[in-house]
Amino acid sequence: MEKFNYAFVFKIVPVLMNYIPVPYTELRKQLFQGSISCLEVVESFLNRIELNNKNLNAFLEVYGDEAKQRAKEVDNKIKSGTAGKLAGMVVGIKDLLCYENHHSYAGSKILNTFKSTFSATAVQRLLDEDAIIIGRQNCDEFGMGSTNENSAYGPVLNFQNQSKVAGGSSGGSAVAVQADMCQVSLGTDTGGSIRMPAAFCGVAGLKPTYGKVSRWGLIAYASSFDTIGPMGKFVSDLDLVMEVIAGEDGNDSTLFETARNYTKTQKVAYIKEIVEHSSLQPEIKNAFFDRLEQLKSLGYEVKAVDFPYLEQLLPTYYVLTTAESSSNLSRFDGVKFGHRTQNPHNLIDMYKKTRSEGFGEEVKRRIMLGTFVLSADYFDAYYTKAQKVRRLIKDYTDTILKDCDFIISPTTSSTAYSIGEKTLDPIQMYLGDLFTVQANVTGLPAISIPMGNDDSGMPMGFQIMGKAFDEKQIVALSKELV
Amino acid sequence: MKISTEEIEKIAHLARLELSNEQKEEMRSSVEKVLVWMEALNEVDTDGIEPLVHITEALNNFRPDEAKPTLDRTKALNLGPDTNDQYFKVPQVIE
Repeated sequence: MEKFNYAFVFKIVPVLMNYIPVPYTELRKQLFQGSISCLEVVESFLNRIELNNKNLNAFLEVYGDEAKQRAKEVDNKIKSGTAGKLAGMVVGIKDLLCYENHHSYAGSKILNTFKSTFSATAVQRLLDEDAIIIGRQNCDEFGMGSTNENSAYGPVLNFQNQSKVAGGSSGGSAVAVQADMCQVSLGTDTGGSIRMPAAFCGVAGLKPTYGKVSRWGLIAYASSFDTIGPMGKFVSDLDLVMEVIAGEDGNDSTLFETARNYTKTQKVAYIKEIVEHSSLQPEIKNAFFDRLEQLKSLGYEVKAVDFPYLEQLLPTYYVLTTAESSSNLSRFDGVKFGHRTQNPHNLIDMYKKTRSEGFGEEVKRRIMLGTFVLSADYFDAYYTKAQKVRRLIKDYTDTILKDCDFIISPTTSSTAYSIGEKTLDPIQMYLGDLFTVQANVTGLPAISIPMGNDDSGMPMGFQIMGKAFDEKQIVALSKELV
Repeated sequence: MKISTEEIEKIAHLARLELSNEQKEEMRSSVEKVLVWMEALNEVDTDGIEPLVHITEALNNFRPDEAKPTLDRTKALNLGPDTNDQYFKVPQVIE
């Protein structure tokens, strides 16, 4: 290994363009050798936030003084030998995650006074291992969007090209990593919200198996799809964070894990209908086929499989998630927390005005769609139908994964859109999640890792979906490919 | 699937949303488009298929039946837009 002095990078050139990000394990060595302090690391990230956040709008709030104070405490713990597994790891958290005594707006006006009374399990576990939380990251309102243009606090811009979107809904979390404003972000993924912005920003993002990480303290969008996962420049960082945040906490009854001993097949499948899809950008297709060759050279057998439900993936997702969100978002009524309208005539008027003032257009549309598909006349035709198709999709996907270890695809069909390009037509916006949503409909784990840039320099993403609770294997393959 | 303005008004009421006339028309047209797009589900034969409700194998995952403190009342009331020392307050419900 080369003897590169990472401490030099942090200390001498904290705000210059030639900052070289390092995996947490490398940084940890330096921290424990005493060649750099947590405080210096935090100040280095704060400097880059100061430099870039005003333009990019990735962080909605920066906990500067608090992070510095915590850094000093962690420095003392390192000295006294009591520091946790993630000591000095600087983390940003998506605005959908609760952090005690801190605001969580969910990217919405309706929560613009909300301060959480407790911390999400995933957040608390990072704190317990001495990670340092540096701020709260912009996102699409309640996670509903694929470009981060649906935030009530303005869009997040792509650091590679500021006329392009960040992707969504964890856009702030992706750009914060992309622009070295934190080591790792904690995002959420309901239909692609970690992987899609990761692909658009050239970083890595892992959506865990549904049931792996507690949703306690995650502001709910669609409860049978929502997951919390890490985003970062290094797959090894994602792995470390997963080890800390995963597992039973007594607060999420869907958590489930038994020891898995899958026999490795050394086979990888890709779905023909995705790779031949008319919307697929040619450079992405080429880069994907290069990756196939790389997999073959690593000793994997690569095979093409059919997937007869591609046209049903997004409709299934949207029927079920709008239904679940219309129910979940009924809690925002102006009574217990958040915004309340001024001078309502009566109780119903208060509910209606509060919600109409507080929710953005896309959130209202999804609540309306969800209320429609759950209404007595249409329940069977839409909601029950989609639940049945969801089973067919899950069973079919599981069958593919009986015969091979992974299903791979490009993460997105194109690189980042221009700002405003997809906002006029909701269906165009929804189609952006076509390749990522299968993992949410089936509950399976999936990662997006960088796959080079297109001719205009915008990043492309490569997705690996694995068997349930097989995150370790996904990480192992990602490390071989990066 | 055609959606009428009356249906939009009915759904908006159920969802406790208030829409202006302009918003109603925009909502009607976009909801209608999405519902038509969702009709792709009908191309799949689902006869005899059980709806998938639980996505993990975890069922009846009960915690031990022990009394534990939950959210402190004062902390909870601090979040409310209008409260007294014991309750969240809302506009008068009974005349």
